[in-house]
Amino acid sequence: MPTKQLAMAQENVSTKSLLRSIDWITVMIYLLLIAAGWTCVVGASYNYGDPSILDFTARSGKQLIWICCSFFLGFVLLLMDDRIYDTFANIFYLIMMALLLVTPFVAADVKGSYSWINLGPISLQPAEFAKCATALALAKYMGSYGFSIYKTRDFLHALAIVLIPIILIIMEHETGSALVYLSFFLVFYREGMSGSVLFVGLAAVVYFVIGLRYEPYQLDGTFTSVGKFTVLLLIWLFTDLLVFLYKEKKEARNIFIIGTLITLSAYFISRKFVVFDISWAQFGICIATIVYLIIQALRKRCSKFFLMALFTAGSLAMYYSTNYVLNDVLEPHQQTRIRVLLGLDDDANGAGYNVRQSEIAIGSGGFQGKGFLNGTQTKLKYVPEQDTDFIFCTVGEEHGFIGATVVLGLFLALILRLIKLAERQPFISGRVYGYSVLSIFLFHFFINIGMVLGLTPVIGIPLPFFSYGGSSLWGFTILLFIFLRIDAGREKFRR
Amino acid sequence: MKSFDLEKRKYTVALMAILIVIIYLIRLFSLQIMSDSYKKNADSNAFLKKILYPARGLVNDRKGRLLVYNEPAYNIMVIMNEQHGVDTLDFCKTIGITKQQYIDRMNEIKDPKKNYGYSRFTPQLFIGQIPSREFSVFQEKLFKFKGFYVEKRAIRHYATSVAAHVLGDVGEVSQINIDSDSYYRPGDFIGKLGIEKSYELDLRGVKGMKIMLRDVHGRIKGHYKNGLFDRVPEPGRTLTLGIDRDLQALGERLMLGKIGSIVAIDPQTGEILCMVSSPTFDPHLLVGTDRGKNYKNLYRNPYKPLLNRAIMGQYPPGSTFKTSQGLTFLQEGIINTHTLFPCYHGFHYGRVHVGCHGHRSPVNLFDAIETSCNSYFCWGFYHMIQARRKYGSYSNALTRWKDYMVSMGFGYRLGVDLPGEKRGMIPNADYYNKHYKGHWNALTIISDAIGQGEVSLTPLQITNLCATIANRGFYYIPHVVRHIEGKAIDTLYTRRHYTLVRRAFYNDIAIGMRDAVLGGTCRTANIPGIEVCGKTGTAQNRGQDHSVFMGFAPMYNPHIAVSVYVENGGFGADYGVPIGSLMIEQYLNGHLSPSSQKRADMFAHKAIGYGARKR
Repeated sequence: MPTKQLAMAQENVSTKSLLRSIDWITVMIYLLLIAAGWTCVVGASYNYGDPSILDFTARSGKQLIWICCSFFLGFVLLLMDDRIYDTFANIFYLIMMALLLVTPFVAADVKGSYSWINLGPISLQPAEFAKCATALALAKYMGSYGFSIYKTRDFLHALAIVLIPIILIIMEHETGSALVYLSFFLVFYREGMSGSVLFVGLAAVVYFVIGLRYEPYQLDGTFTSVGKFTVLLLIWLFTDLLVFLYKEKKEARNIFIIGTLITLSAYFISRKFVVFDISWAQFGICIATIVYLIIQALRKRCSKFFLMALFTAGSLAMYYSTNYVLNDVLEPHQQTRIRVLLGLDDDANGAGYNVRQSEIAIGSGGFQGKGFLNGTQTKLKYVPEQDTDFIFCTVGEEHGFIGATVVLGLFLALILRLIKLAERQPFISGRVYGYSVLSIFLFHFFINIGMVLGLTPVIGIPLPFFSYGGSSLWGFTILLFIFLRIDAGREKFRR
Repeated sequence: MKSFDLEKRKYTVALMAILIVIIYLIRLFSLQIMSDSYKKNADSNAFLKKILYPARGLVNDRKGRLLVYNEPAYNIMVIMNEQHGVDTLDFCKTIGITKQQYIDRMNEIKDPKKNYGYSRFTPQLFIGQIPSREFSVFQEKLFKFKGFYVEKRAIRHYATSVAAHVLGDVGEVSQINIDSDSYYRPGDFIGKLGIEKSYELDLRGVKGMKIMLRDVHGRIKGHYKNGLFDRVPEPGRTLTLGIDRDLQALGERLMLGKIGSIVAIDPQTGEILCMVSSPTFDPHLLVGTDRGKNYKNLYRNPYKPLLNRAIMGQYPPGSTFKTSQGLTFLQEGIINTHTLFPCYHGFHYGRVHVGCHGHRSPVNLFDAIETSCNSYFCWGFYHMIQARRKYGSYSNALTRWKDYMVSMGFGYRLGVDLPGEKRGMIPNADYYNKHYKGHWNALTIISDAIGQGEVSLTPLQITNLCATIANRGFYYIPHVVRHIEGKAIDTLYTRRHYTLVRRAFYNDIAIGMRDAVLGGTCRTANIPGIEVCGKTGTAQNRGQDHSVFMGFAPMYNPHIAVSVYVENGGFGADYGVPIGSLMIEQYLNGHLSPSSQKRADMFAHKAIGYGARKR
């Protein structure tokens, strides 16, 4: 009897302390985002002459149901013991992977992707939940005793946990969702993976996208394409940044001054005297930088200069080889497919059309926006996928620059808050999980809004808490609330 | 140590997030605030602006009787993309065209060269302005003709057939109209002639607009903001003219078979009571589907019925001009009412001879006007131009003379509210210096004194001269519109214009004109019970003389000033005087006496043979 009472008392205390230790700031941001998201779904799915926004057959009404469900889900997750996430992480992971493996065989064809499982009235997308399982499994593995990211074996193992769902999801023809798993590299970076890897990876993507996107435009007063000029300029600047970051201030300064001088004078000569292709000057700068770095490496007997030179040379090689492959090896229709996939082609009825219409919708919002339910572009279905992937158009059109700024601010606040929470975790696993969550949010946010604004390639992934759909909303809620539960449990280890 | 180093990486991650947000904010700023082309794009995407046409203003005569109103007409529109499987035979039979016409019209519509801006998806005009009675048959069968639609437009309709020149007409806007006034869209109507043109801004009203929302497939989804920005069309203003419908009708009847013009003015207001230009035409001809064809026929007619001779005809005023000369000489002190000039069958000076008909001699001013003596005014003119001591030179004298003429409304446009007015001709010193290379004197230009030579006036200017005499020295700019609904007429038409001649001298001239009616050249203008003042004119020209008359009545407190100009009508008394007297009687009495009625019938049937000469 006394033991039972004690247990009940403990239970009582723990519920109270749980309420106290939950990070209510994050919850508030979450609720604000959900509320803003719902108004946007209402706005985007509203039909003229359609009186009820609470009608449960309409999308706005359905979304309200998903929202209520996810509140319930979040509540339940907070009540669970935080240890079960660690305990059952591997089992979750295995179940989810199995589900992903099975999905393509049972799923119906939805716009060319086989990622939806029909369960009577509702359909679910396992890929949305697999993120959470992967994050948990990764956290458990990286938090386990003896794990070191510097051991190649351990790193490869961790990498495998991430790569398996990527492969499985690509098999479902959901490339967009698969790309989300790249955000785990941010977690690896935080846990000690060399920043250079992240840097090189980012640089490669940037070269590829910018080079391709701005290839057709010509720089004023020269024979150089903007794409080529920018990429070569970036290679030089990135190299210089690396040199600077590795505390070689003098060399960094030399490279910067000489490069700037050559670039400006080449541009000046081309504008005023002889028009020529100034990318040769850029190329020359890069080669000179490589030579300079190698000389420094030999003189100072310091291998990091070699690595930097290698980065520059690799960048050049990567840019020129992709250029060569794209323009000379691939057939025209293959080139088009890649461009359309990246959302770079102004295909009037394809991705180019979507981006154009979304820019019109956002641009027409102006400073204050047109007001709730007054957006014409989104109401009249000019923007495709306007309540799922292109939901941010509604924010821009109906609530203007002010509304869009508020939404961006909320997402930034969420991510910064999650960084703070992740950093205060007593266990590595908690931190890994926290970084996984915030990296996934950051990736979704970056790609989705960038795509709507016409800045990033058109990759069909939802905007967390905004896009219509139960699966993604639940997926993000589970992701976030598991972390909040883990965070709430940190106190007992401190005492 | 390693772990401490790694913790700093949180700043890198945070920095990445912040950087992304900053870049996106810059992008949003440039999209939403720096450029408004997106806004325009969005509007043209989503808004379908449907124009609601206002009813054009009505036109009444001075007694409020309707002259011009609107009647519905129907445009048959076709959407090419939807018209399939139409029974063309039935269709052609219903609207009364042949199959060939149907095929030709369809080809015309599809030819982008002839039909600029053609689209398969938008309604194209198949046949325009079908009158309502013909349309009712078509409407019954409309359901059978897929892809054909009906657009209702109002067209002008005329209560009577009179005053075509004054009323003018409406037609489709030209590209020039569209370029100069953004109000117009292709296919709109605009006033082309007469008051329809000069009062276009009052008559056209204000177009309304319905802003509809259109979705990505072009389907209408309802009113934008529940019609908050929709505008109801404002109908055009009703115009009340100074024209008296009966007087105008009588004038047109009297001028049948003659070329010329009758203009009557109310001297106390400057309102034009009638403006007849003969030959005239039925205004109904310029309405509806046959407008183009009829217009072409009228345009090619050798007698030029489209010409409004009352303001566009420039004629020698003949003897009616003598009144203005008498006034000028009196005011300049060249003559007084007792001055006598001899007339031995005309004015003879050296080699210059101006003939005159037989009457007593010498004559004073009253006699001269009564008998229309050429000699008297030639002498007056001679003494004025040759008065070198007074003016210094012939040129100065003629310039002074010209100033008087201009003050009476000659030589420049009077400014009547109708388009196309001509200015007439009052020669000045420069004109003669150039023409005669400086070698001229009063005798060279003596015929100006009697309204011949280089002088020419429009019938409106002659009437205005008469109205000025009736007012004893001032006139209002003649105007046809008396009243505009909800708006005052231009103050231009309510201001008095005084001439350079004193009121007393005008009285003298009026007495002379009264004498002319009582015992002079226009005895036939005498109407029992009305004190008519008149002046005949017989204007010489290459063919038969023009018959001219101007008169006003009553002598004191005059209500009508009228001028009649009948081309090749012979003496003033032949056509001008009797027609003018009938006009005065009709207006002042409201009807014609039985004997006058008989005379009117006689004149209506009296035609002057002009031959088929090229005019």
